[in-house]
Amino acid sequence: MNSNIDSADAFTSGTVPLPGHDGDEIEAYVARPLAAEHRGGVVVIHHMPGYDAPTKEITRRFAAEGYNAVMPNLHFRDAPGADPDDAAAASRARGGVPDARLVGDVAGAAAHLRGLPNSNGKVGVIGFCSGGRQAFLAACSLDLDAAVDCYGAFVTAHSPDGFPITVRPVVGLAPGLSCPLLGLFGADDKFPSPGETAELSAVLAELGKEFEFHTYEGAGHAFFAVNRPAYQPEAAVAGWERVLDFFGRHLSDG
Amino acid sequence: MCTHHTEFAPLEGSAKGRDGWFAVTQAAVYVDHPYHAQLEHSVNIDFTAPGLGPSARVAVELTEESARALVGAIEAALAAAPPGLAAKGGQSRNDTSL
Repeated sequence: MNSNIDSADAFTSGTVPLPGHDGDEIEAYVARPLAAEHRGGVVVIHHMPGYDAPTKEITRRFAAEGYNAVMPNLHFRDAPGADPDDAAAASRARGGVPDARLVGDVAGAAAHLRGLPNSNGKVGVIGFCSGGRQAFLAACSLDLDAAVDCYGAFVTAHSPDGFPITVRPVVGLAPGLSCPLLGLFGADDKFPSPGETAELSAVLAELGKEFEFHTYEGAGHAFFAVNRPAYQPEAAVAGWERVLDFFGRHLSDG
Repeated sequence: MCTHHTEFAPLEGSAKGRDGWFAVTQAAVYVDHPYHAQLEHSVNIDFTAPGLGPSARVAVELTEESARALVGAIEAALAAAPPGLAAKGGQSRNDTSL
């Protein structure tokens, strides 16, 4: 009996090295279908708590849906080989992930995807929480085919009044947005607030950019996070449908 | 929200982590998403020794109420002991009863 699984939905996953910003070798988690048919790729940007098991599961979901997917470990340089929570703490203690480094690491991940034998050359990016802002940043800095911002704060806002937030807004990069943008937000979220996402929407409309934003009633921040109390199944299920429809339209052949 | 803001305190003492006791040199304190606690946000404290690598870390994630209770308990414990008892060299310098 042949024990190999060669059905159309078979995929493989695991950790690989890849060149990131400045050519630094970082690690990344890859999940990719085994079938030879050409397909799009997705760069998954993890949230600030790190390169963790739930975000690896999201990466595998994209492979199960037929995409090549890769999640670069944005904290690798701060703590190579460490547990993801320790690496996230080390990264934070050093001031977090610099924007330029993020862009370089996403570029490396995108190049990895485009180099796969079954790539159709198209690459999208998706990020959650802090990764939502970083997905927007990457889409404004790199030549990509689709971008999804899941509740990224500090795209337009500077900081809550009186609080010493050091992250800079990236809305000024919007003229360089290279691809369609999907934004998924919670109506009860304060960071980003509906006001902040409306501000971004106005900027993108003024620039004539292709984008669609969806804000879910009854959902707050991190509604996709199945391992957190913020998980909101109705918004998460509807949001996944939006994501897959969006990538289906923008990352397919043709 | 990710606050991206961290307060640091230099420390001198010991903490017990995954691989046993180590000399702790720094605390990082921040209000942000936890890694493990089932909370949207928490007060996170990392007791670390950066010179020993990222795994030399004892992490706690607390509710705001718990964090304030902890601060109060530390202050109360210090107030209930002779001044300087736990200060560096305090016992040999101040306590002549031994």
